[in-house]
Amino acid sequence: MSAAQLANTPSGGSTRRVWGLMYRHLALYRRSWPRLLELMYWPVLQMLIWGFTAQFLAMRSGNPVAVAGGVLIGGVLLWEIALRGQMGVTMTFLEEVWSRNLAHIFVSPIRPWEMVAAMLGMSLVRLFVSVLPAIFLAWVLYRFNLFALGPVLVLFAANLLVMGWWIAFGVTSLVLRHGQGAEPLAWTLLFALTPFSAVFYPVAVLPFWLRPVALALPSAHVFEGMRAVLNQGVIRWDHLAAAAALNVVWMTGAIVLFAAQLRAARTRGALLTIGE
Amino acid sequence: MDLHSPLRPARGRRADRLPEAWAIDVAHLTKRYGDVLAVDDIGFTVAPGQTVGLLGGNGAGKTTTIAMLLGLLIPTSGSIRVLGHDMATDRFAALARMNFSSPYVALPHRLRVVENLRVYGHLYGVRHLERRIAQLAGTLDLGAILDRPSGELSAGQKTRVALAKALINTPDLLLLDEPTASLDPDIGDLVRTRLEDYRADTGCTILLASHNMAEVERLCSHVLMMKRGQIVDRGSPAELLARYGREDMEEVFLDIARDRQRTAA
Repeated sequence: MSAAQLANTPSGGSTRRVWGLMYRHLALYRRSWPRLLELMYWPVLQMLIWGFTAQFLAMRSGNPVAVAGGVLIGGVLLWEIALRGQMGVTMTFLEEVWSRNLAHIFVSPIRPWEMVAAMLGMSLVRLFVSVLPAIFLAWVLYRFNLFALGPVLVLFAANLLVMGWWIAFGVTSLVLRHGQGAEPLAWTLLFALTPFSAVFYPVAVLPFWLRPVALALPSAHVFEGMRAVLNQGVIRWDHLAAAAALNVVWMTGAIVLFAAQLRAARTRGALLTIGE
Repeated sequence: MDLHSPLRPARGRRADRLPEAWAIDVAHLTKRYGDVLAVDDIGFTVAPGQTVGLLGGNGAGKTTTIAMLLGLLIPTSGSIRVLGHDMATDRFAALARMNFSSPYVALPHRLRVVENLRVYGHLYGVRHLERRIAQLAGTLDLGAILDRPSGELSAGQKTRVALAKALINTPDLLLLDEPTASLDPDIGDLVRTRLEDYRADTGCTILLASHNMAEVERLCSHVLMMKRGQIVDRGSPAELLARYGREDMEEVFLDIARDRQRTAA
């Protein structure tokens, strides 16, 4: 192989392509403090509102409500994991749409699964930057230590994160199908699922006919599990197993939908026109 | 390029040669959007090292053809082989060895020029990336703007950056969609000179869609004339000038666009 051919031979493979796409987004955050601040803004704001509400209730009503306050704060923090996980994936994709850069990316040798890996990687980065300050604030202001949930916290967080991801791939599929008209779903879809996710109250509070909807969502099982740990000190493995199984089903469906819409976008020529 | 029977419209012909002999080998390529036939059963081949112009009026099917060559658009029917790889089944192997530039597809505006080049350097797996960026910055006179956000550049600077992005992986095949559109003559000449230099240095194949006939005459050894989704004529600029009895390619273009009769044999 000649020196010229060697220089022309790609190096680094998948890892380098995934890093290339992540670098594109990290370079923006590296020198933009407003972007970093924007990541932390909502989780911290939510924490302050619900934290002081929980503190007020505990002051008026004593220990049982203090425990309920802890459940409230725990709910806020864990729900932020799903929200930020979803936003992390969706925003990473929408940034490419807004900058009309999708065509350049899709004519590079990056594989769709590598693009998905980069989006998930950026989602994790955004999650840590946005949620860790809120968790720290909850500990400083309200003496609520999310990590006191123990190792099971990792399982709760992982399930909510995966739920955020499959919703993100659903939203991204709709953007590929319907263009920027579907963009508002990026900010609203997960909020619309909050009432059925039993974040702040048990599933039993919901009307009988709504309970199957709630139990079809991994989040409802995670929050039932969180309340069991905080209120009774027990780990509900049945709920955790249900959440994981539902995530597998929903994630599989979302990835199939995303792949189908990506192919449909290549058939319609949408990768050239999306963002216009 | 397949130049057999250049007077006949090239509907789905392909040469009886090994695919590897061609940088691009297109056969019976068709793209239909509902009732609209954007590309109608075209076929052509481009030999390695050639610069071929893809000409035609607006809506002739040039951009659609380039999008299919890049794998951005799935054809309704037909086959495309690029650098010996079937774009339907093995496009990533071809994409690693090709690149693309168009003034209509932007690079992220908020990223600095050097960051944009790094992103694409990583995506294409470029060895010694910083050295390659410095080399391109020297060749394309980007040194002073490497640390500026891409969105703050002038049209000429953006075009040079887009060309740097297109050359970052030292491609064997370069697809260019109107590479000098909206540039002043000075910058346009610079871009054309750099393309000529690159081709001379590397033996790269270039497929160029352009409305600038002087550019086509200067850069292209062969031309494909498209109209209503079909290739209606083909040949070297000199052959086309002789065939239509014209002095320049602008007149040949107008003859074809307006269905004028040829005035020479």
